Amino acid sequence: MSEETILRLDHVVKRFGGLVAVNDVSFDVKKGEVFALIGPNGAGKTTLFNGVTGLLPPTSGSVLFEGREIAGTKPHKVAELGIARTFQNIRLFEYMTALENILVGEHCRMRAKLWDSLFKLPRERREEQEVTERALELLRFVGIERWANSYARNLPYGGQRRLEIARALATRPRLLLLDEPAAGFTPQEKVELMRLVGKILESGVTVFLIEHDMKVVMGISKRIVVLDHGELIAEGTPDEVRNNPRVIEAYLGKQH
Amino acid sequence: MRTWFRRVWETDPRRDPNSVVYILLAFFGLTFPIIANVLSGGSPGFLLSVAGDAGVYLLLTLGLNVVVGMAGLLDLGYAAFFAIGAYTYAFIASNHLAVTPLHTALHVPFWIVLIIALFVAASFGVILGAPTLRLRGDYLAIVTLGFGEIVPRVFKNAATWTSGVNGISALDTPVLPFWIQGPWSGDRLEIVQNFKIFDPLAYYVIMLVLVVTCVVLVRNLQNSRMGRAWAAIREDEVAAAAMGVNTVQAKLLAFAIGAAFSGFAGTFYGAKLSLVSPENFGFSVSITVLVMVVLGGMGNIPGVMAGSLLVYYVIFILLPMLPDTATSVANALGLSGLTQSSGDFPGIGEFASRLKFLVFGLILVVVMLVRPEGLLPSRERQQELKKGTHDDTIIEDVQAEVG
Amino acid sequence: MGAVGDAIRRRRSDLRAGLTGRVLDAGLYAVIIAFVVLLATRVADHGQSYLLQILFFALANGAIYALIALGYTMVYGIIELINFAHGDVFAFGAFLSASLIPVFGMSEGMAWGPLTIFQLLGVFVVTMLGCALLNVGIERVAYRPLRHAPRLAPLITAIGVSFFLEGVMFLWKGPSSIHYPDILPDVGFDIFGAHVDIRELTVWIVSIVLVVALALFTDRTRLGKAMRATAQDRDAAQLMGIDIDRTIAATFFIGALLAGAGGIMYGLSYNTSVFDLGFSAGLVAFTAAVFGGIGNIYGAAIGGLVLGLIRTFWDGYFDSAWSDVMIFAILILVLVFRPTGILGMRVPEK
Repeated sequence: MSEETILRLDHVVKRFGGLVAVNDVSFDVKKGEVFALIGPNGAGKTTLFNGVTGLLPPTSGSVLFEGREIAGTKPHKVAELGIARTFQNIRLFEYMTALENILVGEHCRMRAKLWDSLFKLPRERREEQEVTERALELLRFVGIERWANSYARNLPYGGQRRLEIARALATRPRLLLLDEPAAGFTPQEKVELMRLVGKILESGVTVFLIEHDMKVVMGISKRIVVLDHGELIAEGTPDEVRNNPRVIEAYLGKQH
Repeated sequence: MRTWFRRVWETDPRRDPNSVVYILLAFFGLTFPIIANVLSGGSPGFLLSVAGDAGVYLLLTLGLNVVVGMAGLLDLGYAAFFAIGAYTYAFIASNHLAVTPLHTALHVPFWIVLIIALFVAASFGVILGAPTLRLRGDYLAIVTLGFGEIVPRVFKNAATWTSGVNGISALDTPVLPFWIQGPWSGDRLEIVQNFKIFDPLAYYVIMLVLVVTCVVLVRNLQNSRMGRAWAAIREDEVAAAAMGVNTVQAKLLAFAIGAAFSGFAGTFYGAKLSLVSPENFGFSVSITVLVMVVLGGMGNIPGVMAGSLLVYYVIFILLPMLPDTATSVANALGLSGLTQSSGDFPGIGEFASRLKFLVFGLILVVVMLVRPEGLLPSRERQQELKKGTHDDTIIEDVQAEVG
Repeated sequence: MGAVGDAIRRRRSDLRAGLTGRVLDAGLYAVIIAFVVLLATRVADHGQSYLLQILFFALANGAIYALIALGYTMVYGIIELINFAHGDVFAFGAFLSASLIPVFGMSEGMAWGPLTIFQLLGVFVVTMLGCALLNVGIERVAYRPLRHAPRLAPLITAIGVSFFLEGVMFLWKGPSSIHYPDILPDVGFDIFGAHVDIRELTVWIVSIVLVVALALFTDRTRLGKAMRATAQDRDAAQLMGIDIDRTIAATFFIGALLAGAGGIMYGLSYNTSVFDLGFSAGLVAFTAAVFGGIGNIYGAAIGGLVLGLIRTFWDGYFDSAWSDVMIFAILILVLVFRPTGILGMRVPEK
């Protein structure tokens, strides 16, 4: 387990007109760990994710990925650099099959050029076969291989969440951002998810997740930061955070 | 090859109408010359020429399908690239440049111009697309509309270079380096050098070759990395970008390819007609092609092809016949008074001939309201109709399909 | 609209942040300055009275464009749809009023009596109502069912409606221009060598009245405020108890009232109309709406005037064959460089 920082947020601020959604947040995510971001609803967690992945560039502050400034980088470039994500509200390509969804994820890692595709050159054919093999592997990895040919919208809820993870993994990220991956899961599914996260870690991907379910968070995270009203109010190991009075107040003070 | 035939043979038309359409199109494409010969009692020239024109629209439809159907970008000025392709041929394959300030004519062979026009049109596609594809859908549509209005007007107004309203005529006839003549055209069997193509049948054959080529290329593209990227962008642009798809580049590519096809079609059109005039590239051409794509089934290649032929038939063959038919029907019914004009009513013949715009508008509105996925929807749209069915398949099937 | 405006502003700033952006900006300003300088020389050539004459025409044209632009901008502001058919509603206004003029007892070259103003008012009222009802009908039949469909669909439908309307007018009066009865008295006065005719006066007065009425309406009345609220945040408006369907219908109604009036005045001024008038006029008016900031009523009015000025001055001093190209070029340039409008007016943030 290395102590190397893979993601650093430095005094990140995000303003929407008069509203300050993220207020001067700084923390590090270390390589190879499971890092969690928790906080009451509306605390600005997804906004932070959006800031890192380029969807909503921060108003100020810097975001460093493997030492390199990425604040304001376009989303597709961020993915190319090695950060992938899932979405809070599941954004799959509904009318494409599970397999095709994952193939889209592999887009930025493929080398086929226009010419190759137009004329179906052998090089392209080979690559298509390779990426399809890989996609099937990923389907197996998350456990949904039996729905390979089903349209994404037809998958059961748990399958859809897992498909989104597989799709994100297809981009070969070094950092995976999961936005509430356990939302709506049964306890059994939550256990399976925790196992899956373990497998992902083993494959060398750092995991950074937003999650509301405390069992899941405490169970798999190495370190946690807590956000409330856009401000960082605590940071530390699960035990430290669990017993932090500010954290308790933030949660008890609001229904969640 | 054998597996392909077997699959085609075993296709159930109810489950896979696409294959059936492909088969029908191929069949009629190949047998049309014979049919035309029979229908016209031995002089199929006119029918073949009409078919060639339909082929031009087929190419345009295939191209616009890439832009609208595959990438989901509304282009309302598609005829602009058509014009660019046609005028490219007019400039470099005729005597025209001699009357322009350049004073030297170019006579580039047709086959080479096809390639050149492709790139010229694609370049304009990139020039137009680069600053504008970032815009949201409706703004992009308006911008393309503006471009579609500007281009023909430029060709019309820049008379020193384009002969303005008169257009450019006497374009070079395509020439084959050699051709084998034989008893089928009533000559001795011999090899002819520099064979000039006048025969409508020859144009028909060229059109077939162009169409088949384009269909193959587009199908390849659809089932490739870029095709999937386009589908993803159409579904959810944000998610696509988050997964590493460079959406602007992908859209630009779609735009450029669509433009290239249009340029392709323009060259063929110019060569066949031997004339280009700015009046032939207006908004109604752009909309006609759009109607073809929308009605046929956006994104679905056999669908838009069928749509193209259907709309072409209605607009260019059926509607022009309407005035005479209406007049004869009126007369037959004893209502010959209707054939005369009185006040605002121009007589039933003229009235019928004026229906074109109305029909267009009606088709567009009704299709969008009733069956927006078109006559032959693409697979995705079909799924939209079939509410959630679970397909439990095993991996072997998938591997079989891919291998 | 806020999120979109945000996104557009961001992309615009991406584009303009770099050197390319600055170069493009500089190029744009250079072109504009060159145009103005060229215009100034032409103006000097033709003299003062000509300039004034062109100005009067331009203001009249601009007023009509403004009336049409208002309809575009209001509808776009409230449902984010470009009502392609709106220009054709304007043309329909001209066609309809041309047919109504004899019905109300007026005729070509007639003498004006004390009642004539009421006859004219009758034509205005009926035509405007007719256009308004037409537009509401279009919304109900063609746009409302697609309100939640992917954006491509209502856009295509709008084009279909536009063609349909043009088809109706084409069927009605054929491909050639129709003659619009010349019923205004031959009244006018000269000022500094330029002639101001009753036509221009009519256009100015009616337009000002209508625009002021619109401004008061959106500002003071309940319905007007509902329209503004729905444009800003449809969900919140609905939660406040505003009937969205009715508000949207009202927007279409009012927009078409203005367009219809514009159509009448076009006919009165030019004594002609043609089935595809709506297409070209609509495009100019839409450019005006974008110019002033789409969704912004004041912007549309000013944009209409500005575009009227630009186009008429161009026609007056340069080759009018290119004026369409110029307008479309402006449209493209505005959309690319300043989608939120040249006048930089704030579009209500969502």
